[in-house]
Amino acid sequence: MRLVKATLIWAAVAAAVGVPLAFAAASDLHEYRGWIYIIAGFAGIVALGLVLVQPLLIAGYLPGLPGYRGRRAHYWIGGALVAAVVVHVGGLWISSPPDMIDALLFVSPTPFSPWGVTAMWAIFAVALLAAFRRRLALRPRTWRLAHMLLALVIVVGSVVHGLLIEGTMETMSKAALCALVLAAAIKVMADRRVWRKGATPRGESPARQ
Amino acid sequence: MTTVVLSRRSLIVAGGSVLATGVSGLLLPAQAQSVAPTRSMSGGANNYRKGAPIVERIGKGGFWMSGTVRRAGDGAPLAGQRIQIWAHTTEGQEHEPQSHGATLTDKDGRFRLEMPQIVPIFGQPHGHLAYDSGEFRTVFLRPLMRSARDKSLEGHFVLQPA
Repeated sequence: MRLVKATLIWAAVAAAVGVPLAFAAASDLHEYRGWIYIIAGFAGIVALGLVLVQPLLIAGYLPGLPGYRGRRAHYWIGGALVAAVVVHVGGLWISSPPDMIDALLFVSPTPFSPWGVTAMWAIFAVALLAAFRRRLALRPRTWRLAHMLLALVIVVGSVVHGLLIEGTMETMSKAALCALVLAAAIKVMADRRVWRKGATPRGESPARQ
Repeated sequence: MTTVVLSRRSLIVAGGSVLATGVSGLLLPAQAQSVAPTRSMSGGANNYRKGAPIVERIGKGGFWMSGTVRRAGDGAPLAGQRIQIWAHTTEGQEHEPQSHGATLTDKDGRFRLEMPQIVPIFGQPHGHLAYDSGEFRTVFLRPLMRSARDKSLEGHFVLQPA
């Protein structure tokens, strides 16, 4: 029974990310794009998928990755998310420098750009904070609050960014993935009550942190 | 790349003077009801290539870009004006030379150029148009298509003397 449940959960996650990727792969827009632009587009979809996985990992919802293992995976997936965003932005820059520069300077005519660029900076900020957390001697509560606020910016920014784009992603599968990203983030934040004073996430003692 | 940045910088200057003209227009009752000049659109000059040739049509065609060119103030149609057009299409990316072409307005100030089907790029299906001949102030447009399946798009210019 546990095995069945575990299989179902992993299958659901794989489908949530895999189905939109498969639909995007079938898009006829690829025919008119260079390979760098194509890779950049897929890196964006992969990044959105990783944003779905992140809260599930940290909350220990994914079978086989409870507690410490889930947190380690969350840490490394965070690094992968940074890499995916760098490939996404870098690839788009190479494909059309003026459009990317406009986006990064928040002067682009495309309404989705500021959402994506804001999410990008939040992702970089979280990664830097996580990497230098000990050196900065961040108090656990400060770190949790900062991470939660930035995570909120990342989730909302990524979802709005993705939904407003008219690109290779198929509308329904994109909307479903975006809804799941939002739902996962809300559920985990509510469950962990990160904003409460003295909250002890994942049942560990505050002393360990 | 540098030339694009520079041209956009000069556009900001041009945009500022357009604003200034507009404001002074408000102060002069005689000009208050005149046709206002078109301002360049954000991102309009992206992937612009100077001096695209006047062509019968761009590539194999199948999509129509059309519009009008009028004079600021009295709104009179401007004949023989060169309008440059480019976009990401089924036959090439925005920056590629084969995606660029130009045409002239007729005696009624209308222009129409056949080009390959525009496909969405950078998240939006859009085209680019430019008036850049120098007699009037340069204007860059970046109109959006309502649907990626549209077979035509329009861009309208109201120009003011340089």
